[in-house]
Amino acid sequence: MDITLMVNGVSRAVTVDPRMSLLDLLRERLALIGAKKGCDHGQCGACTVLIDGRRANSCLALAVAMDGREITTVEGLGHEDELHPLQTAFMEHDAFQCGYCTPGQLCSAAGMLGEPGPSAITGDMAADPDLTPEEIRERMSGNLCRCGAYVNIVSAIAEVAP
Amino acid sequence: MNRVEGRVKVTGLATYAAEYPAEGVTYAYPVQSRIAKGRIKRIDGGEALAMPGVLAVLSSEDPPRLGEEAQGDLALFQSRDVAYRGQIVAAAVADTYENARAAADAIVVEYEQDLHDVTLRADHPNLYQPETVNPGYPCDTVKGDVEAGLDAAETGIDVTYTTPVQHNNPMEPHAALALWDTEDRLLVYDTAQGASASRDLIAKTLGLPREEVRVVSRHVGGGFGSKGTTRPQAVLAALAARAVGRPVKAVLTRQQMFDVTGYRTPTIQRLRLGADAEGRLTALEHVAYEQSSTLVEFAEQTATPSRVMYATPALRTAHRLVRLDVATPSWMRAPGECPGMYALESAMDELAYAAGIDPIELRVINDPEVEPESGLPFSSRNLVACLREGARRFHWDRRDPEPARLRDGEWLIGTGVAASTYPSRRRPSKAVVTMREGDFLVQIAAADIGTGARTALTRIAAEALGVAPDRVHVELGDSDLPDAPLAGGSMGTASWGSAVVRACEGLKVNGTVGRADTTEEVKRDAELARHAFGAQFAEVRVNSVTGELRVSRLLGVFAAGHIVDARLARSQFIGGMTMGMGMALMEETFTDEEFGGFLRRDLAQYHVPACADVTDIEAVWLDEEDGELNPMGSKGIGEIGIVGTAAAIGNAVYHATGHRVRDLPITPPKIIDLMF
Amino acid sequence: MKTFDYARAESPSDAVRRCGPGAMYLGGGTNLVDLMRLGVARPDHLVDVSRLPLDAIEEAGDRLRVGAAVRNSDLAADPLVRSRYPMLARAVLSGASGQVRNMATVAGNLLQRTRCPYFQDVSRPCNKREPGSGCPAIEGDHTNLAILGTSHACVATHPSDMAVALAALGAEVHVTGPGGDRIVPIPGLHRLPGDAPERDTVLEPGDLITAVELPAPPPGASLYRKVRERASFAFALVSIAAVLDVRDGVVAGCRIALGGVAHAPWRAERAEQVLIGGPATGEAFLTAAEAELEQARPLPRNAFKLPLARNLIVRTLEELAS
Repeated sequence: MDITLMVNGVSRAVTVDPRMSLLDLLRERLALIGAKKGCDHGQCGACTVLIDGRRANSCLALAVAMDGREITTVEGLGHEDELHPLQTAFMEHDAFQCGYCTPGQLCSAAGMLGEPGPSAITGDMAADPDLTPEEIRERMSGNLCRCGAYVNIVSAIAEVAP
Repeated sequence: MNRVEGRVKVTGLATYAAEYPAEGVTYAYPVQSRIAKGRIKRIDGGEALAMPGVLAVLSSEDPPRLGEEAQGDLALFQSRDVAYRGQIVAAAVADTYENARAAADAIVVEYEQDLHDVTLRADHPNLYQPETVNPGYPCDTVKGDVEAGLDAAETGIDVTYTTPVQHNNPMEPHAALALWDTEDRLLVYDTAQGASASRDLIAKTLGLPREEVRVVSRHVGGGFGSKGTTRPQAVLAALAARAVGRPVKAVLTRQQMFDVTGYRTPTIQRLRLGADAEGRLTALEHVAYEQSSTLVEFAEQTATPSRVMYATPALRTAHRLVRLDVATPSWMRAPGECPGMYALESAMDELAYAAGIDPIELRVINDPEVEPESGLPFSSRNLVACLREGARRFHWDRRDPEPARLRDGEWLIGTGVAASTYPSRRRPSKAVVTMREGDFLVQIAAADIGTGARTALTRIAAEALGVAPDRVHVELGDSDLPDAPLAGGSMGTASWGSAVVRACEGLKVNGTVGRADTTEEVKRDAELARHAFGAQFAEVRVNSVTGELRVSRLLGVFAAGHIVDARLARSQFIGGMTMGMGMALMEETFTDEEFGGFLRRDLAQYHVPACADVTDIEAVWLDEEDGELNPMGSKGIGEIGIVGTAAAIGNAVYHATGHRVRDLPITPPKIIDLMF
Repeated sequence: MKTFDYARAESPSDAVRRCGPGAMYLGGGTNLVDLMRLGVARPDHLVDVSRLPLDAIEEAGDRLRVGAAVRNSDLAADPLVRSRYPMLARAVLSGASGQVRNMATVAGNLLQRTRCPYFQDVSRPCNKREPGSGCPAIEGDHTNLAILGTSHACVATHPSDMAVALAALGAEVHVTGPGGDRIVPIPGLHRLPGDAPERDTVLEPGDLITAVELPAPPPGASLYRKVRERASFAFALVSIAAVLDVRDGVVAGCRIALGGVAHAPWRAERAEQVLIGGPATGEAFLTAAEAELEQARPLPRNAFKLPLARNLIVRTLEELAS
């Protein structure tokens, strides 16, 4: 099937097998290897990209259902000469080891910083809590890191958080 | 100094195994056995071959040619026998991933099924004593008279701990891209913890001269041991590429990883300890029961840390193995030390309580002069200093040893301590350092699986050359580079760094290039007991309503020689401790007794710690000078962080609740069973 | 994954028309795509309903109407939901991850399928997936499975957090389908397994959920609490949604629903009956919890859910009463 989607600001017209995930479209067809396949079932977050500005598991999105959507991957997060502040913070805080979960962590954090409202651990559901380390930890729990870089991931995000 | 490859990792440009572009690439998808024991009667790939885009079906119906030395799980499609559920028995190759996976589903496999046995028991009739345990230690050791020691003891304990099947679960699935390159060599981009070893094993498996194989693993998304030996996807990709004459990607699914990329053996460990009135050990016995497959003997060295840790006049360690209809266990971060120290350090805590002695003091009282089993002197041993420093930082002196005293609403609070240890070894390595336009190029087939090898070797070379780190460029992860041992056994930096330092020394003499091979140097290393040590402190909160367990504080204090890069070291210690927390709280793969194989084969069911689980973890270290290690004076740090964490947490759970869970992981169901 | 056709529905009626034999609706895809990849779901046709104009949250008098295609995260972030139904917001936020909640729809959340390990593995028997093939969980790995309302055929649990809060609130599901429009209450949408565990809900083929309607918030204080061994991003071992209205020390109103214990969000009606009109004391809460759990039939590996559910009921009510 023919679809057209914006990927990192560039319009891409592609013919896709309906079975193909957005993740496989990015990785296998569009040569954008930033989004990673860690579990292919939405259980690890390595494939996280922004769909219309919101973080999402690209492994659970069928490419065919993405017609007309705007996709941002880690490759489109910053610019060639100017990294996204989260990318810089991740380097400065040593917020990764093997690096495989990192693109997903970065896209997830970028999306998370724009998400309104409480989290599951917020005391008052009506309140808009500050992004304390505790709130960041809860909100970033959809991104697993087996190297165990969470401590540094949280401090990197906290530096960028408003 | 940030990680050398930091920029490519945060921009998504770092290229992992399955991510290299290859013209005309195709995809292989494996079919796994649905029985745990028996034979394949028939495999019918007819329907699959007729499906769109399908290029080949591989199976034992037409066994592909392999080398004579191909063995175990790498001898794909050679035998009709099934050794475990989940074993790879066929594969489909197609033009797209979707087509390959659908075709694999359509391959029909008929079996002749035998009764299977997948259950480890301490009274299994087929338990035996292997000749050695990994990586070549004696299976059993006896020193002194354990029974007499126990009889003479003022206080004794006899306790059994069990640990479940655990899976490494690196974030990057095992993957390979195989093709024949322009020089007609087999080129495999593989998820390997060591390119040299992987090349050798792939060459041997395929029956090719090693000169005709190249393995490239520039970035590896974690391994934790599971990529320390070549896994079937590499051989599958190569066989498929040979069959279809095009490049082939073989990427395992997360579920398949549980079956064919190794796991930590479950263990049953019995410990008997005796102490005199002053707390001095009179006897220590550590017996470990564990499993292997019918394919390969893998004997984990679980009881070996008891040969290292404490002074005792009577010491017995033993391992008993049973070969079951299961996949072959393999290396998982600190194999042996990790499960073994969980049991020993839990037992030490139990002994401390039984004897009425502070658990830190008990360890100090029994700190040995020489390595207890071998009698060898230690190159350095600073366990006591780690315990003391940790106690100071953790305010251990304010702790009321009485269990179940501290409460915060629903939460019971407790603290615990455990020791860590891991051997400090090195292996021969080669390296070349070349002067290039005023900069220095370091070449070595080392691997950076997230350890920071590029960064550590950059620092080591810069220091050896006396230049700024930004003038040093490290090239690794390619078997065409000088041969190097793999990233494993906490030996990477020690082994590679030795070669890099020697090569730099050579360059300084020669002026343009330095080449090193440390084979002879390593052979000359004096016979000494070389280990890193550490102390881990945990504070836990146990919910008295729900049985939930949260780790509110973890502190590790390590003595690991000279620390090459402080920031990387902290990250790695903390990473190990985080994995140790997972071991304590949640990690468990369920063995399916009825059908064989494993259940909970994904990351929604096999839980590893999430960001919310990690609240306050810190790692520090002592300055330790040890001139008997390597030119850097460093001890490996990749594994010691996970050793002792689970025991510290388990001991803290006891302190919080007054209940001892001796079966990992310590989950709400187990806590509830004890409390209600 | 087997091949299938994909079509995007233009309207709810277009969706129903397209959803013939072998067809399934695609919402956020967070469970369906997952199950298709595992081979558990094998649709011939996918009808994409994710872009239907069913994504509004609207007040209807003192009720709130939530469109079926509203994303979980939008539901939880809605100011009206947060202020009037904080228990629902917390339940939604307790499920899955930020990414999944951004994709998953309200209807999809309700219709997600069990995470029983046997159900998800097509190489093993499962009555829910393959009627008549057997339920190995009963003798095998059932740690996370049901203790209430089970049958000899199935001990699966419904994994949703949101549905537990909806069951306590007494929400209603608006359905359109080949047989016309109708309203199905929660509880009532999800079936108990009985002899037909392959049927999760009372919906008929082609039925499409268009909205979930919340009645006016019940008087009293409310809580949602979820127990799990991982601090986040894990399904509930047991969860509870409870509303308690105490007047002059007497329970005037009470609603309790449990998650992680049954094939459906479990409304603890027996406990509610015991409590209403009685004293709001710890003793009464315990009596009520025990009355409810008397009907439980735990298995060896999930017997812990009994004391866990009991403790949760008592402690949650105590907290609400204070």
